[in-house]
Amino acid sequence: MNKNRPVNLNLGAFKWPITAISSGLHRITGILLFLSIPFWLWALQESFTADGFVYVKGLLSGIIAKAIAWLLLSMLAYHIVAGVRHLLMDAGIGETLEGGRRGSYTVLVLGVLSAALIGVWLW
Amino acid sequence: MVTSATSLGRSGLHDWIIQRITAVVLAAYVIYFLGFIFSAEVIEFSVWKHLFSQVWFKVFSLLALASIVFHAWIGMWIVSTDYIKPTGIRLVFQAFVILFCFACLIWGAQILWGV
Ligand code: HEM
Repeated sequence: MNKNRPVNLNLGAFKWPITAISSGLHRITGILLFLSIPFWLWALQESFTADGFVYVKGLLSGIIAKAIAWLLLSMLAYHIVAGVRHLLMDAGIGETLEGGRRGSYTVLVLGVLSAALIGVWLW
Repeated sequence: MVTSATSLGRSGLHDWIIQRITAVVLAAYVIYFLGFIFSAEVIEFSVWKHLFSQVWFKVFSLLALASIVFHAWIGMWIVSTDYIKPTGIRLVFQAFVILFCFACLIWGAQILWGV
């Protein structure tokens, strides 16, 4: 490898086109969802006893647990929306530069919209 | 050098296909779940427990969990090859991810079949 390549470590100097943002968010949500699996399993396990069911449901009335649930569900929603777009692009839909920009924009809007809906449903 | 020794499918194309199939299974599971939640106005304990006591739903749920862990194995493998350059550290990270996935799958199977 050429060791004299120019190196740019100034993060502020990078450009962040909308396509990079939507793709980066898909990756971050994927990683965080991966880490959250034991949390879901724990809630599922608790929910199968009468006391645990009440307990888990009761947790959701607390502001912190509610905020965590909102974040996790919103991340899942975004990951799915961006994932479906991935599948569409695999099928050859929206693969042009312009289509990519429009797709990223659509995905971000739908992500914000589903986060809002999940918030309304939880609160 | 990055080799595919720790990837799920041992080949990029194989991983790519599994990633898509598991994504579709998960989307189907989420859609079914949304339908369930919004058709039952209040989710009571008995309704919840009944849902998970049906064998077909246990199978569907375990299929979804298996899809999650395989999907995550592949996804995290890709992420690790992008960011973790030293082979030793990447290997340890990948081993951790794989063990984590299997542990979740076993735990989940035990939860689902314990209902
Ligand atoms: C619920 C648990 C889920 C977890 C833990 C998860 C995790 C991940 C991770 C870590 C990645 C790798 C990200 C990257 O390479 O940048 C990924 C990629 C992907 N996810 Fe998920 N995901 C989940 C659900 C879903 C669902 C429901 C869909 C449905 C559409 C989906 C669609 C995709 C697709 C298409 C990719 C491939 C992206 C690529 O090829 O670059 N995921 N996921």
